Amino acid sequence: MAAPMYFSVVVTVTIVKLLLIPSYRSTDFEVHRNWLAITHSRPVSQWYYEDTSEWTLDYPPMFAWFEFLLSRIAKLFDPAMLEVTNLNYASFATVLFQRLSVIVSDFVLVYAVYECCQCVQLVGKKKSPHLLSQPMFVLAVLLLWNFGLLIVDHIHFQYNGFLTGLKLLSIARILQRRHLEGAFWFSLLLNFKHIYLYIAPAYFIFLLRSYCFTRSNRDGRVQWTSLSLMNLFGLGVVVLEVFAISFGPFIAMGQLGQVLSRLFPVKRGLVHAYWAPNFWALYNIADKAATAVAVRAKLLSADDITKATMTGGLVQEYTHNALPTITPLVTVILTLAAMMPALVHLWRRPCTPRDFLRCLVLCAFSSFLFGYHVHEKAIILIIIPLSLLAVESRQDGQVFLLLSTCGHLSLFPLLFTQAETPSKVCLMLMFSLFAFMSLGVLHSSSKKRPYCLPLLSPLETAYTVGLVFLQLYCSLGHHTLGLTTRLPFLPLMLTSVYCAVGVMWSWLKFYLITLTDMQHLKQS
Amino acid sequence: MDTRFGTLCTAVVFAVFVRWVVSLNSYSGMGKPPMYGDYEAQRHWMEITTNLPIKQWYFNGTDNDLLYWGLDYPPLTAYHMWLCGKVAEWIDPDWTSLFASRGYESYEHKLFMRYSVLIGDVVIYIPAVLLYCFLQKKFTHTQKVLLSCVLLLFPGLIIIDYGHFQYNSISLGLTLWAVIALSHRHEVLGSAAFMLALCYKQMSLYHAMPFFCYLLGKCWQQRWKKGFFSLCCIGVSVLATFAFVWMPFLSDKDLFLQVVHRIFPVARGVFEDKVSNFWCSLSVVVKFRNFMSHEGLLKLCLATTLLGLVPSSLDLLFRPSGNKFKLALVNSSLVFFLFSFQVHEKSILLPALPVCLLLPWRPFTSTWFLTIATFSMLPLLVKDGLVIATLITSILFIIAVELGLQGVSSDPTIGCPVCIWSSKNLPWLPHRVFFYAVKSGFYASLMGALFLGLLSVVVPPPSSLPDLWPVLISVYSCSHFIGFTLYYHIVQLMTTDSKETAAQKTKKTQ
Repeated sequence: MAAPMYFSVVVTVTIVKLLLIPSYRSTDFEVHRNWLAITHSRPVSQWYYEDTSEWTLDYPPMFAWFEFLLSRIAKLFDPAMLEVTNLNYASFATVLFQRLSVIVSDFVLVYAVYECCQCVQLVGKKKSPHLLSQPMFVLAVLLLWNFGLLIVDHIHFQYNGFLTGLKLLSIARILQRRHLEGAFWFSLLLNFKHIYLYIAPAYFIFLLRSYCFTRSNRDGRVQWTSLSLMNLFGLGVVVLEVFAISFGPFIAMGQLGQVLSRLFPVKRGLVHAYWAPNFWALYNIADKAATAVAVRAKLLSADDITKATMTGGLVQEYTHNALPTITPLVTVILTLAAMMPALVHLWRRPCTPRDFLRCLVLCAFSSFLFGYHVHEKAIILIIIPLSLLAVESRQDGQVFLLLSTCGHLSLFPLLFTQAETPSKVCLMLMFSLFAFMSLGVLHSSSKKRPYCLPLLSPLETAYTVGLVFLQLYCSLGHHTLGLTTRLPFLPLMLTSVYCAVGVMWSWLKFYLITLTDMQHLKQS
Repeated sequence: MDTRFGTLCTAVVFAVFVRWVVSLNSYSGMGKPPMYGDYEAQRHWMEITTNLPIKQWYFNGTDNDLLYWGLDYPPLTAYHMWLCGKVAEWIDPDWTSLFASRGYESYEHKLFMRYSVLIGDVVIYIPAVLLYCFLQKKFTHTQKVLLSCVLLLFPGLIIIDYGHFQYNSISLGLTLWAVIALSHRHEVLGSAAFMLALCYKQMSLYHAMPFFCYLLGKCWQQRWKKGFFSLCCIGVSVLATFAFVWMPFLSDKDLFLQVVHRIFPVARGVFEDKVSNFWCSLSVVVKFRNFMSHEGLLKLCLATTLLGLVPSSLDLLFRPSGNKFKLALVNSSLVFFLFSFQVHEKSILLPALPVCLLLPWRPFTSTWFLTIATFSMLPLLVKDGLVIATLITSILFIIAVELGLQGVSSDPTIGCPVCIWSSKNLPWLPHRVFFYAVKSGFYASLMGALFLGLLSVVVPPPSSLPDLWPVLISVYSCSHFIGFTLYYHIVQLMTTDSKETAAQKTKKTQ
């Protein structure tokens, strides 16, 4: 892709981000302001002990150092935001600084996306002057204009763009077969935000399999004697070095336990107040249905039903009535079980970086679907790497279109303020229109189904159109029917259950594509 | 899904998105009692129109204090406000209750007001722009989409309507409908649409002269009987539209005169605040009030405006054509803006509309004009706290023009009559001289505007000259507008239809 075209994509999306400055901000804005204040005005030894605000520092040390750096610049904007006791402080200069810090740190993403675009394989693609048929351009827009990143970072307020940039950079390095650099960026990323532990298994298996072991047998199995100690050592040094720099000082101060207890709080419930569209959303609704049936059939008495069921999920601790209650251990086992086929699949063949990418997506899928206390924002972890695959293969494009549409729609409740409704609807429409058009053009086939969205089957089309009606009901119909007081959580529940169906379907489809792909290769 | 339809939808959604995001900013007079600003004016009109009988709308009375944002727009605005007021009353009666609602501000009410602007825009202005772009036969589909996206991103209109708060897109949209109708020979519909624009906002008078001359000239060209017949049709359509809109106010002479008096407030000053027009700039050096009466000034304004209208109007009258019509719209509204009485800084949007229409043919000069037009409203926008939004949307617009129409990088000498004339008659003068002169002038002018804008925001003015920055901005913009007036006059007078199409042809082949 020509550099000027990429430049214009970057400039327009940056302008959009700047325009979003006056939008609504969630409490995460105050969280990050508080972290700026802590890292600026407290010594390092106090960072993980400070608890004046309820929003204590719960990201790994690298992120704390990142906030520390930002606070040096923040001082020039408004020193008052750097006082720990100045809770909920949001002067114009503070807002401007924090918003700009997200926008500027997003340039890591800009660089990483550029690197990723260079890695796109143009297999069997005809060269066309039409912009929508250039996979690099399409990929650049899909990544930079990603609806989830835009609303979560630039409206809701977080630094996911910057972190996603690190992730994409590490992926790009692996695609370029610069494994050590890839490992470096990923371990750095882990020390910025530990949610990326979800996808660490894919990295681990891939680097071990195709970097530490250098050769494969004829049948594709690993050749055990080909272990390169040199590579293993190099990899170990790179990864451990990053962790040492990050956690070292805290270990030296004897604070490791405290830091870890901040990073992994275990007092939360299985699901959020708003259920992320995953397996547990379906499980909960099944529980509700089963309870209702059981009460009808007099198997359960109404007194046994806990309050949470009645309030439909407002309470964080959700106890199941008819079905067994889920403990964190169960979710861990289920998550690992869901990942296992993908990891085994990755191990058992001479894997290419693209196989790694598939495994990465599957790991993200598994932890999103079965993880404990998963936030709906984690869908971005799946959609972003899937974009890379979507521009290269038609089948992945199909999964991407369905998943990105329902996954992004499931982020709508994140922005509940009325003024943001048109913003989010417009951004979502722009992204979805572009995704459907461009991937439709990229993977255009001779047989076109009438009355179907590009690449989607009739069933999937019906599902996607259903999302529109769902949203219409949630934002207009529910209120008009006067159900707001009687069933206040119905819209949220409907959204999460309906989207969960789509996410589960995409997951199964993607798993199937990945596993059958191997047989396809073997035959040929 | 059709890609052609999809790209168009994406462009429109993007335009709506930019509008909405700008509307998240503050509005004029936000939290500034006792008078607030235009936002309160519009809300107050909703209050007045929904609570009082129609005969009292324009009269001072116990229930209607005209000194507090009295209604001073024509009836169509009043009806629109009545409709909005009824909806507001249905949502929350507090928003329109007589007296009690003065200065009412809330999160929900702001949302309601912003939505009301968006709905007017989506119903009237955006479809008109799309229709205008898609009726250009010589463009490809992609060019049409890009052009409509660029036109919809003109920052001046977005900032005034969605930031400052007004309903300009309705009157400008109606004018645009009229232009489209006229260029497709629907004179009756076109004149009715323009009449509606006039009945929505009297400032549309800035465009009246070209409409009149174009229609008259077109009838003149036809054979005697046919021409007279079409003139009668146009006359009937104008009068009927007028009578229809003004019906409740025609029953009583006093009532009618009072409305007219409210709409044309001759008693007010020659300009409001600091306007980048001729009189305001001249008043820096010449203090008119010292040697001229109010009446004298009024007459002077009238005389200069009429005199300024003569060249473009006569040219259009005798040689009416679609291109000349658009140019005459620019010229007439610019002359009005520069020389007429009681000019607002926001009135620059009236010349800006026809300049937008010229964008595909004269991308360079139009971009220049539109950017300076937005800049000229800066003092107002600083007051409203819209500086950042203005800067960002202006950058977005320039980038859009460059990406969509190569507005900045295009050759400004193409289609410029002066250059064509000089290349014929002054062969010793290198063509490139114009090119570099205009290009460097453009960058110098934009840099100057940016610099002046930054100064006015960052550096407080000296206490002896509190209005230093607004005055400087006015004079700076005014000098541009005078230059543009001359330029567009030359273009209009020297354009003949054949030349215009030839210029387009050369542009196409490049």
